[in-house]
Amino acid sequence: MKPDRLLKWFLYGYLGLVFVFIFSPILFSIIFSFNSDRFPTIPLGGFTLKWYETIWQDPDVWEAARTSLLVSFSVATIATFLGFTTAYTDYRYRFKLKPLYLALILLPPTIPLIIMALAMLAWFAKIGLSGQVFSIIIAHTVLTAPFAMAIIRLRLSQMDESLEAAAWNLGANQWRALRRVIIPFCRPAIISSFCLTAAVSFDEFAIAWFISGLNKTIPVVILEIVTGNIDPQVNAIGSFVFLTSMTLVIIAQVVLMTKNKTEKEKHG
Amino acid sequence: MADALVEFDSVVKKFGDFTAVERMNFTIDEGEFVAIMGPSGCGKTTTLRMLAGLEQPSKGEVRMQGRVMNAVPAHERDTPLVWQSLALFPFLNARENVEFGLQMRGVDAATRRKKALDWLDRLEIGEFAERDISSLSGGQKQRVALARSLVTEPKILLLDEPLSALDANLVIRMQSMLTRLQRELGITFVYVTHSQSEAFAMADRVVIMSRGRIAQIGTPKDIYRAPDNRFVAEFVGRNNIISGKIKSSSGKSVLINGSLGDFKVSLGGRAKPSPGSEGSFVIAADLVRLSSKKPRAGNQIECSLISEEFIGSVVTLFLEARDGSEFKVQIQERELADMDLKHMGKVFVSWDPERAHYIGAD
Repeated sequence: MKPDRLLKWFLYGYLGLVFVFIFSPILFSIIFSFNSDRFPTIPLGGFTLKWYETIWQDPDVWEAARTSLLVSFSVATIATFLGFTTAYTDYRYRFKLKPLYLALILLPPTIPLIIMALAMLAWFAKIGLSGQVFSIIIAHTVLTAPFAMAIIRLRLSQMDESLEAAAWNLGANQWRALRRVIIPFCRPAIISSFCLTAAVSFDEFAIAWFISGLNKTIPVVILEIVTGNIDPQVNAIGSFVFLTSMTLVIIAQVVLMTKNKTEKEKHG
Repeated sequence: MADALVEFDSVVKKFGDFTAVERMNFTIDEGEFVAIMGPSGCGKTTTLRMLAGLEQPSKGEVRMQGRVMNAVPAHERDTPLVWQSLALFPFLNARENVEFGLQMRGVDAATRRKKALDWLDRLEIGEFAERDISSLSGGQKQRVALARSLVTEPKILLLDEPLSALDANLVIRMQSMLTRLQRELGITFVYVTHSQSEAFAMADRVVIMSRGRIAQIGTPKDIYRAPDNRFVAEFVGRNNIISGKIKSSSGKSVLINGSLGDFKVSLGGRAKPSPGSEGSFVIAADLVRLSSKKPRAGNQIECSLISEEFIGSVVTLFLEARDGSEFKVQIQERELADMDLKHMGKVFVSWDPERAHYIGAD
C-alpha cells in the first residue's frame, strides 16, 4: 500500500501548508506585538510589553472593548434566541409558505456586507437610530441569527421524532416538553451558537464601521489606529481580538464535538 | 367478564385524502392483553396513537372508561406508550428518565426517586440507575423504557413494536417478561406488532388489521385455526387456500369443485352457501397427511416436491400441484426422516373434511 501512504503524507503536507498560509500573518502579528521596534522588521528588536501597556492606558480602547463586549453578548443572546425559535418553528410545524420562510431567514448572509452596511446606515438614519450601540446590536443580530438558526436546526434534525411526543405522553404539556426535552437536547447547539454569534459580532468590521458613530467597536478602533500611523499597538489589540474570537470558536467546536462523540458511542 | 376499558366507536382517521383507519369498532377489556397486528401501513400504529391522544379521530369516538377521549390532549391522559425507538431522553440517566412522568405529575423528589428505583429494581436493572442511557445495552434500555411508562401506575400500557430492534434470543426473554408483568400488574396491554410470533405468544386477543379495517378479532387460536377471510388466512400461519365453485351442500359440509378436483369441507358454524356460487377454504400446512400411495378416498391432491425449508424440529415442504399451484406442508423433521421423499417423485397430500376451514367467497 505504498502509493496510499504517499498520498496520505502529501495530503497532510497540503493541509499543513493551508494552516501556515492562514495563520502565519496572525502569528507574526502576535510576535510583533511583543517586539520593541516601531516597525515590523527582521531581525526582531527586544521583548517588550510596551504596546500592551499603551492600549491598556488608552481610554478609547477601553471604551471600544466595553462596547464590543456589550454588543457581542447582546447579539449572541438575541440571535441565539431567534435562531432557536425559528429552527423550532421549522421543525415542529408544517405550513404553506415554509420554503419562503426558510429562504427569508437564511438570506442575510448572502447579502454583500458592504451593501448591508450601507442599507442599515440609511435605514437607521431615516428612523433616527443611527450611531447608537443599540443599532449595532440590531444590525449584527440580523447578520448572525441565520447562523444560530442553522446550527440549532441541524441539531433538531438529529433528534428522534418520538422524543417530544414521549414527553407529552408522560404528562408534559407543550411548554414543559419544550423546556424539559427540546432545550436540553439542543443545549450543545445553543451553547455553540451563542459562542459563534458572539465571535462573529466581536470581529465584524464593515457594518460596525458604517453605523457605530461614536460608539466604536474594537475592529473600528483598530482601523483608526492603522489609518493614523503604523503603530505596533495594533498588533497588541489584534492579538487580544484573535484570542477572544478563537476562544469562543473553540468552545463552540468542543461543545458540539463532545456531544457528537457520546451519540456515536450510543449508536455503535 | 371484565368491563370495557376502551371503546372504539365508528372511528375514522383520515390524513388528507388518505384514510388510515376506516370505521373501526372494537372494545378492549380491563386487564386484557390485546395485540394489534397487520402489515405496515395497515393503520395499527395510528390506532395506538389515537389511544394515546397523539392523533385525533376524524370521525367517531374513542372512549376510555366511558369517557369520550377525542378532545383530551395527550398530556392529560394516563396512557403511557413504549415507543418503537424507545424515545428515552439521552440527556438524562436511567433513573431520571423513569422519574420524568412522576415529575410532570408534581410528585416530590424523594417519592419520585424511591418509586423510580423500585421500578428499576423490579425490572432487574437497579444497578444501572445512575448510568447514562447511551451506555446501556438494548435489553437494558428496553427495561428503562418499560419502567418509565409503568412508574405512574397506569390502567393501560401501550406498546408500539417495542421488541423490533432486539435480537431473537432477547425477544423471547422480553416476551416472557412482558406476559409475566401484565399478569402481575393486572393492567391492560395494547401491543402493536407486525410479528405473528410476538402477538400469538403474548396476547389474549389479537386484532388483525388490513388497510385501515379490522380483518378479524379473536384469540390467537381462533385466528390461527379459523381465519375469517382470505387476508387473515394468507397473513397468518402457513395456510393453503383453495377456491372453487360450490357443487352441493349437505348437512354441515359443502363440496367445492376446484381446478384440482372436488373437496369436501365442513362449514363450521358458517351459513350454507348456495350451489353454484364461489367459495374458498383453508387447509393449514400442518393439518395434512403426506403419503406415497394414493389414498383410497377423501380430499387429496397429487403433488411433486419443489423445495424444503428446515427450521429445527419442523420442516416446511413446498409442493407443486398439477395445475402449478403451490401447496405447503409442515411436518415433523423426525417423521420426514422416515420417508424417502427424494426418491418418491409423486406424493399425495390428504386431509379430513373437518380439518379444512371454509372462508366463503372473498
